[in-house]
Amino acid sequence: MVKRVGIEVSLAIGDAVKLANADVIAAYPITPQTHIVEHLAELVANGELDAQYIPVESEHSAMSACLGSSAVGARTFTATAGQGLELMHEVLYVASSMRLPMVMAVANRALSAPLSVWGDQSDVMAVRDTGWIQIFVENGQDAVDNTLCAFRIGEDPRVLLPVMVHLDGFYLSHMIEPVVFPEQSQVDKFLPPYKYPMPLHPDKPVTMGAFAPPIIYSEAKKAQVINLEASKGVILECWQEFGNIFGRHYSPVERYRSEDAKVLLLTLGGFSETAMTTIDKMRGEGKSVGLVRIRLWRPFPFAELRQAVKNAELLIVLDRAISFGGPGGPVCSEVRSALYNEAKKPKIIGFVGGLGGRDITPAGFETIINRGIEVSQKGSDREFEIFGVRE
Amino acid sequence: MEKYSVYVPRLVTKRENFAPGHRACIGCGEALAVRLACKALGQNIIIANATGCMEIVSSPLPYTSWRVPWIHTLFENAAAVASGIEAGLKVMMKKGRIAQREIKVVAMAGDGGTSDIGLQALSGALERGHDFLYICFDNEAYMNTGIQRSSATPYGAATTTSPAGKVSIGQFSWKKNMPAIAAAHDIPYVATACPSYPFDLMAKVQKGMAIQGPAYVHILSPCPTGWRCAPNLSIKVGRLAVETGMFPLYEVENGKYKLSLDLPKLRPVADYMKLQGRFRHLSEGIIKEIQQRLGKEYARLKEKAS
Repeated sequence: MVKRVGIEVSLAIGDAVKLANADVIAAYPITPQTHIVEHLAELVANGELDAQYIPVESEHSAMSACLGSSAVGARTFTATAGQGLELMHEVLYVASSMRLPMVMAVANRALSAPLSVWGDQSDVMAVRDTGWIQIFVENGQDAVDNTLCAFRIGEDPRVLLPVMVHLDGFYLSHMIEPVVFPEQSQVDKFLPPYKYPMPLHPDKPVTMGAFAPPIIYSEAKKAQVINLEASKGVILECWQEFGNIFGRHYSPVERYRSEDAKVLLLTLGGFSETAMTTIDKMRGEGKSVGLVRIRLWRPFPFAELRQAVKNAELLIVLDRAISFGGPGGPVCSEVRSALYNEAKKPKIIGFVGGLGGRDITPAGFETIINRGIEVSQKGSDREFEIFGVRE
Repeated sequence: MEKYSVYVPRLVTKRENFAPGHRACIGCGEALAVRLACKALGQNIIIANATGCMEIVSSPLPYTSWRVPWIHTLFENAAAVASGIEAGLKVMMKKGRIAQREIKVVAMAGDGGTSDIGLQALSGALERGHDFLYICFDNEAYMNTGIQRSSATPYGAATTTSPAGKVSIGQFSWKKNMPAIAAAHDIPYVATACPSYPFDLMAKVQKGMAIQGPAYVHILSPCPTGWRCAPNLSIKVGRLAVETGMFPLYEVENGKYKLSLDLPKLRPVADYMKLQGRFRHLSEGIIKEIQQRLGKEYARLKEKAS
């Protein structure tokens, strides 16, 4: 009998990794991710999870050890945040380019300097182009479900790619949320033991990671592009099947009261749930507003996004990272680019907010929406605005 | 050094796990060292190789020189990748996902990948006690990028980033004692070797492989290109490095030092240096200074081994 429990989201992710029967966890402590790997270390220490826990000496080595364990065919998990994700940077490209599946939970965190352990999405945006499948989650249940889906998607022989599961640092990672855990038997069926098609093994020696002269590098990269784009079909298939079994449905772009809305707000991650409260309030006041959330960040859901916003007049995009000296938020920049050639598209206004753990309340979202409407009517001499800065 | 019998070469396998046809420079001591090491390692291994000369000469897509399972990922992480391989194999054998058998994990890197950029990952892997063998192929500089100094470059050697000049003697610091750093992790086995002593090298690699837990073998690999010497002198230069005390051969087994070749008297270091262009600029005074320091270091090593 499945039952609903209250549990800290970090621990819930650890329990999901246990349900997935992971083989190797290589990790290094960093706030606000640490509770995830602490819990996994505890599960391994108590014999509840039969896995090798490698307490590495850096995130660079964490990701490197994950390359090794994935290359021999072990189901591999790690977690990190902020600076840790940055230290892994070059290794991330290797994991995806060598098609080594693994799952990494990222408790999204701001980047130094000044040092901030608190949440935003600067770390994610800096690793945007590393070739990983990237999924944003919004609550504890979502985090558990998509940790399981991430293994299934990445290990699919048609995909064989690493997957990041992004959750807000502190605002989600440290919250106690209601979670329904699937039964082990259900998970075993949904996520059968992993079989990597070409592992390192003396019985069949393979060379992995040979270097590419100019005559072959472009071909290797194109193959990677095709592979990552094609993963979307498998992701949709996985979410469909997950929904059929567990009754919880996920999709690349999710909408909330958006169908007939003239003004749409676009968010990623946990802030979306706060924004829903604002939408409800404003709808109650008769305003034509709605919310669009991007769940699947890579591969980017072009078609779903275009479909979701095509009837709106105004699209207000909230970023939680800055592209310094550039167009403002990376999400806004991508959304704008995805819609630019569309015949029918909304006007787009970009905001940056919620940096380094600064909260955005329901009232804050209302201010953003109203200011977005104002800017769209009166115009602005700025490419974007930063919300909530004390002047 | 007991293995000098004329029969010994006949006992060595003819199988080449590091295949011929790779693109190493003529006279490459490192390719020879890798070849000998691979003979000693056999086939029940998985190699994690750092970026560097040996990776570049052996693996241009779509070719490979490796007849054993081999992975290259990055420059500084060979020991960390090896950690993951070892842990992965262990748990999958325990869970019955792959058949139970002895598969040794071997990490390979150059001196830069070991004593500079990869030192942290190596220290971590040694400290955690993974069952693996780490082999450093030391050609005493970043040769793959064009002869830049590393912390393993010997004092006084000219490289492109430690050039000899009017106010410079070349390399300004003494060679980092990497085997001692490895030994300081209290691992069961540390050894130094040189392809100029092939049977000693293979015996040490085999010993390092057989031991449970981390083992470290540091192999001096003469590089005619970077050392500026004739390619037909690689073996001779390697021997002279050992005989002059520039690179003594020894083992550290469970903390106990043992000289592999006990030299009653060191050959003058000038015999070694005069064959190599990288030392050409050194004054007699500097050579004397080096000679004195080598004498002291060798005495200290002997004392440890006594």
